Amino acid sequence: MNPLVCKIVSLVSLLLTIIPCILFFTGTLGHEAVKTVALIGTVVWFISTPLWMGRDLSPADSEVEI
Amino acid sequence: MSEENTSSGGEFERERVPDSKLLGAGKFWGMYAGEHAAGTEFMIGPLFLAAGASLQDLILGLLFGNILAVLTWRYLVTPIAIAKRYTLYYQLERIAGGSLVKFYNLINGVLFCFLAGAMVTVSASAVGIPFGIKYAVPESTFAFGAPSFTMLVVIVGLVMAVIAAAGYETVARVANIAAPWMISVFAACGIVSLVQMDVTSFAAISEGKFWEDAIAFVQAEKGTLEFGFWKIVIFAWLCNGAMHFGMADLSIFRFARKPSAGWAPAIGMFLGHYMAWICAALLLAAQIKLSQDLTADPGALAWGALGWTGIICVVIAGWTTANPTIYRAGLAFQGILPKSSRTVMTLVAGAVATLAGAFPNLSAQLLGFVGTYGTVLGPMGAIIFVDFYFMRKFGLSDEYAARTNQQISVAVLLAWLVPVAVGLYLIFQVEIFAAYAVIPCWIASGIIYLVLSKIMQKPLPEEGANS
Repeated sequence: MNPLVCKIVSLVSLLLTIIPCILFFTGTLGHEAVKTVALIGTVVWFISTPLWMGRDLSPADSEVEI
Repeated sequence: MSEENTSSGGEFERERVPDSKLLGAGKFWGMYAGEHAAGTEFMIGPLFLAAGASLQDLILGLLFGNILAVLTWRYLVTPIAIAKRYTLYYQLERIAGGSLVKFYNLINGVLFCFLAGAMVTVSASAVGIPFGIKYAVPESTFAFGAPSFTMLVVIVGLVMAVIAAAGYETVARVANIAAPWMISVFAACGIVSLVQMDVTSFAAISEGKFWEDAIAFVQAEKGTLEFGFWKIVIFAWLCNGAMHFGMADLSIFRFARKPSAGWAPAIGMFLGHYMAWICAALLLAAQIKLSQDLTADPGALAWGALGWTGIICVVIAGWTTANPTIYRAGLAFQGILPKSSRTVMTLVAGAVATLAGAFPNLSAQLLGFVGTYGTVLGPMGAIIFVDFYFMRKFGLSDEYAARTNQQISVAVLLAWLVPVAVGLYLIFQVEIFAAYAVIPCWIASGIIYLVLSKIMQKPLPEEGANS
């Protein structure tokens, strides 16, 4: 799949985890809808993002940060 | 440290990083963005509220403390990291001797196990939600939770240990993928929590009544508590004391092309130790309002705000923090017993972490634990600092153990352990807030190291050529 398309899909899925909350804040969307859309965004994120996010590990990956 | 761990992020474990492998600042900003929105944030954030911190103190105290933390990384760690380009462990070995570094590693490994244990608890709290298994904190530090929760901790811990034993790479990739999503979920949790408390305008946010009500509830349940501005500042500054004062992040910044890379932790601090902590605290405030329950159960808190997304986030956050922690602890233990298998030692570390995780009250003391962690490990950073900046100025040799093939530098041993012993006494007997001990111990260690080196070092024959 085209990496650019995957990145766009990932971006949209990320927005699905946050924009519903903002709509909840403004009273436009209900809580259950927020949870459902966020879950959809989560699933799509974890499907689309590995297709384009680099597989190279960084020097920090084995370090412990809290 | 084991020399066979080429898979530990670990090229150039015992040599300077060559110029051809240096990384631009952008790489570090990306690294730190994801590193500090982690499982610990789900525990630490609510604990501020549970400890009685006011909203104003939290917002301003975290701001100031995190700025100090960034400055410490930038001006304490990065210059030495760039000058030497060694890992922390190799740098310590050259100063303190190989055997002393093994002992340091053992202590580090044990502390990592307790940290990982807290993360096992975090993940277990989320895994238990769909099964109705509740996380409850008993009175006593070393009391188990409900049998069902204890069994869940064992299962989660076992899975984490087995995955850690397989190496850190796969989980590191998952963590890298999850990082932007986790940051978004933390923010989402905060926004949803505000709405759950009927805070739906900026005026209501700035009025802060929702927070005062939560504090009043906490005070009514637990008595008058105090977690004031300076305590918050010190905690935020020294939460990562082992990484900056303790110089653990030499291992990261040794790859930096320029000192400006040292500003990169800012993104981690302000996404993780600011936004995520405050959002996690809002989760508890919302739970208090909705169900008058002040149990800081990360799984239940996230479930209440975002349902399945929330608990997936808690599981992944706990897991991706526990994995490198258990892995590093396993390496540390293998360093003590070089003939042992890394896999076996990692499983041992996982077992210790799981046992620690089975005591919910231990995990609930994470605020104190991170201060203790910084107190114990931070002083070695002072020794590195003094060795780098002051030894030659005072007519002494730097990296003395490397120049003399010492396995244990008595100067380092005493400079480390004496202040730490005093610090631990103050923390556990006098019961000061643990993070308060970090800087005094650090300063004392540096001074003692310099004085003892002056007394104990013998001049080296090629002193003039050693530059």
